[in-house]
Amino acid sequence: MSTEILVEVEHLARDYGDRRVLRDIHFSLRRGEVLGFLGPNGAGKTTTMQILSGNLAPSEGRVRIAGHDLLDEPRAAKGALGYLAETPPLYRDLTVDEYLDYCAALNRLPRREQQPAREAAKRKCGLEDVGGRLIANLSKGYQQRVGIAQAIIHLPSLVILDEPTVGLDPIQIREIRALIRELGRDHSVILSTHILPEVQTICDRVLIIHDGELVLDESIDRLDRHMKTASITVAFHTPPTAGELERLGGVTAVQPEPNGRLRVLHDSGRNPTDELVRVAAERGWGLYEIRPGRLSLEQLFVELTADRESPPAGTSASPTP
Amino acid sequence: MIFTIAWREFRSLFLSPLAWAILAVLQVILGGLFIYILSVVYESQDKAILMEGWPGITLSVLPIFLTFAAFLLLLVVPLLTMRLVAEERRSRTVTLLFSAPVSMTEIVLGKYLGVMMFLLLVLALVALMPLSLLAGSSIDLGVVFTGLFGLMLTLASFAAVGLLISTLTQHPTVAAIASFGALLCFWLLDISPQPQGTGLVDYLAQLVSYLSLFNHYQPFLYGVFDTADAAYHLLLIVTLLALSVRRLDADRMSIA
Repeated sequence: MSTEILVEVEHLARDYGDRRVLRDIHFSLRRGEVLGFLGPNGAGKTTTMQILSGNLAPSEGRVRIAGHDLLDEPRAAKGALGYLAETPPLYRDLTVDEYLDYCAALNRLPRREQQPAREAAKRKCGLEDVGGRLIANLSKGYQQRVGIAQAIIHLPSLVILDEPTVGLDPIQIREIRALIRELGRDHSVILSTHILPEVQTICDRVLIIHDGELVLDESIDRLDRHMKTASITVAFHTPPTAGELERLGGVTAVQPEPNGRLRVLHDSGRNPTDELVRVAAERGWGLYEIRPGRLSLEQLFVELTADRESPPAGTSASPTP
Repeated sequence: MIFTIAWREFRSLFLSPLAWAILAVLQVILGGLFIYILSVVYESQDKAILMEGWPGITLSVLPIFLTFAAFLLLLVVPLLTMRLVAEERRSRTVTLLFSAPVSMTEIVLGKYLGVMMFLLLVLALVALMPLSLLAGSSIDLGVVFTGLFGLMLTLASFAAVGLLISTLTQHPTVAAIASFGALLCFWLLDISPQPQGTGLVDYLAQLVSYLSLFNHYQPFLYGVFDTADAAYHLLLIVTLLALSVRRLDADRMSIA
């Protein structure tokens, strides 16, 4: 992954009539990064993707792809992106080869490069055996692959995939995920989904969008580390006051959890587990459970999207009571 | 790029039976009609030839034949143009064009050219009938080609109307019936009462009848090439195509 910024999105907003469905979306993407775009249904994922792919004009804001503004230099910007919409844009009456050739031509590949490009895209997407078949007769999984092949045929620096695994069976989902990971080596990928494990397995970075606003922008690594280490969950038979726990070294806050447990947040550099166990034994608190308070992405997601007021960059987001 | 899109449109017409059906039906009906006209002219020929100022075989056959051909194509062109944009929208394939490095103008021109390629094929088949007279008589080729040129301009206008209307809707059938209605209106404008006086109503009637497609087709059939008529068609086509581009552009502004 290089440090070159490939996509820059600034203050994107979009209105449908009086309704503002996107507000002040801004993020950037480095070359070779796989970005997961999460959000509940209707949060504005698809709208954002449509804007990024030039299918929808933003009401405010700017999108720059590979240094070209999408509105001022659409041809250069669009040449650098490949887009797979929620419904793959397939001409059902063409064969896979004919369709991919047409896509290659639309993306202005010179004629002599079209056939190699088509073959390469087919190889990447596992379509070698179906080149001569009508798209209408392919299974949904294969149609989805043709959709992806269409998006990468001109080797764009940016590939945008809108819910690429929806409606596929578990095996196909695994195959498509492997394919996306593969794509991440040569291309930058923006992937929208509402399947959380998908993001954890294939993405380098996560954006969570809710009600048209960006509520989280964090790399998966940091997210993982934070989620694992920044808190411990403990349970006592005779719980001490929060004040007593907070006096322990490194503890920053103590929060009650619904089932009588306590969540102890601490500095990521100082883990108070040892001290806590010792003190609990000395004072007879009756410690019967202690575990690293790993926040799953799912919890984080629910917290961020359930409560509009939660802080924007929520790696240490607190659970709502 | 325009040609890539045009070629795909042209080919996709032949992937469904629609294009073949249209060609077959047109050929059968026009062929029958041509023979009928010919037989009527042939029977009255003995008398006619003695008459002072008989216009000759070309002018006896061609205008009525081409008038009817244009009318028949008025029914057919909406069927060809209805899918152009409406179908792509409906099946959501339009995103392919929108996210490719292709401008709206190229999309519109490509689609238009695709349909025109098909219509030129139709025109070639129509042209074969009057040209077949060459086998048995001498015809005025100038008149024939002017007439065919007029038919081509008229078809080009039809296609532009159909294309614009196809950009307005998601439903091909709606596009077809609306284009049909619009074309028929253009055709019928001519029926307004012939202007006699100089009042406002008469001027309006004159204006309305001037806008009729029919009035700008008829002169060609008698071998008259009037630049004003050609300009009328070209202006109409350019305007409609420009509106189509605008309409497609506006797609991105609203809910797709």
